[in-house]
Amino acid sequence: MHIHRIILLVFTIIAFFAPLPLEAQTLPPPSSMLEGGESPVPVYEGFDALAPLLDYRGETTIVLNFWATWCAPCVEELPYFEEITREYDVRDVRVILVNLDFRGQLEKRLLPFIKKHELRSEILVLDDPDANAWIDRVDPAWSGAIPATVIYNADRRAFYEQSFTREELQTLVSSFTGTQE
Amino acid sequence: MIKSMFASFFLLVLTVTTLTAGGYDIGDKATDFRLRNVDGTMVSMKDFPDAKGFIIIFTCNHCPYSVAYEDRKIALDKKYKPLGYPVIAINPNDPEVQPKDSFDEMVLRAKEKSFPFPYVIDEGQIIYPQYGATRTPHVFVLQRQGGDFIVRYIGAIDNNHGDADAADERYVEMAVDALIAGGKPPVEITKAIGCTIKTKK
Repeated sequence: MHIHRIILLVFTIIAFFAPLPLEAQTLPPPSSMLEGGESPVPVYEGFDALAPLLDYRGETTIVLNFWATWCAPCVEELPYFEEITREYDVRDVRVILVNLDFRGQLEKRLLPFIKKHELRSEILVLDDPDANAWIDRVDPAWSGAIPATVIYNADRRAFYEQSFTREELQTLVSSFTGTQE
Repeated sequence: MIKSMFASFFLLVLTVTTLTAGGYDIGDKATDFRLRNVDGTMVSMKDFPDAKGFIIIFTCNHCPYSVAYEDRKIALDKKYKPLGYPVIAINPNDPEVQPKDSFDEMVLRAKEKSFPFPYVIDEGQIIYPQYGATRTPHVFVLQRQGGDFIVRYIGAIDNNHGDADAADERYVEMAVDALIAGGKPPVEITKAIGCTIKTKK
């Protein structure tokens, strides 16, 4: 066996076991894509389809925010999540906005909302009305009120049923990435 | 350094807040109240001497989940008031934070929908924290036991907010039916997505 083959094999093995940034992974396959906006929005019908995302434990810090366009405190804090998206490299912090708008209002409300607010964070729709079956799978501490946010990486996981100020969210995310002073 | 101390303190505060969230568990005695109804009268549970229990629903005007359940709340009252379990709807929100949930707006909505049940306001936001309501809608089914009202079910009305016909677990009906039959609710606690209760920060 040639030496460069062995080196390649070693690198392949290392790459396989090293924690990958989530960027290198795709989101779980969605049930459908919501078309009509500037970019298509993945729709997950049923929590099971989305569940693998919650199981991710890697070097990327995932900021998963549950929100809806009709939820005033959610809309109020969205700009702070957008700031995180802009400030961090996506390999370090990946903000994913899990939208819970009602089925049937997605074209009418969600797509225009994304356009109007020029949202840059990743957005996906979770369409699973049987919330009692999946709220505890996000976090047992969640009563179901939104906004709610779960932040996690290989080292830590934390859940918040509350809305954030800009400073609170900044401090929290930096505590996950180790970029604190 | 100061920043990281601030961060630790903030995280600690969050943790403590999460751990000390109060509220009732199944089997606890629920407090009575005296709250202003949309018809101007004051409503207490003791005003219903014939009631075997209550379906207490923390709900409001503005929240789309509350609105989606309006017709189902009316149906619950129509079905269970004659059986001794009337609905009392309590708006827990601070109207200064959410003007759509002001007393005047409640009066309007109650008229528009002809609510057959009392729709009262938790003035000063005294009652909802005792119950441990965290969202709208949030249901507490109570059963009379002597002079007390015991919490028998906490949670959602059913398992499909968007489509009443598609709901195949009607938790509140299952709970009240079981209580009427002398048993205990098959499902005692459920969760649902809802709006936060609006308070000043």
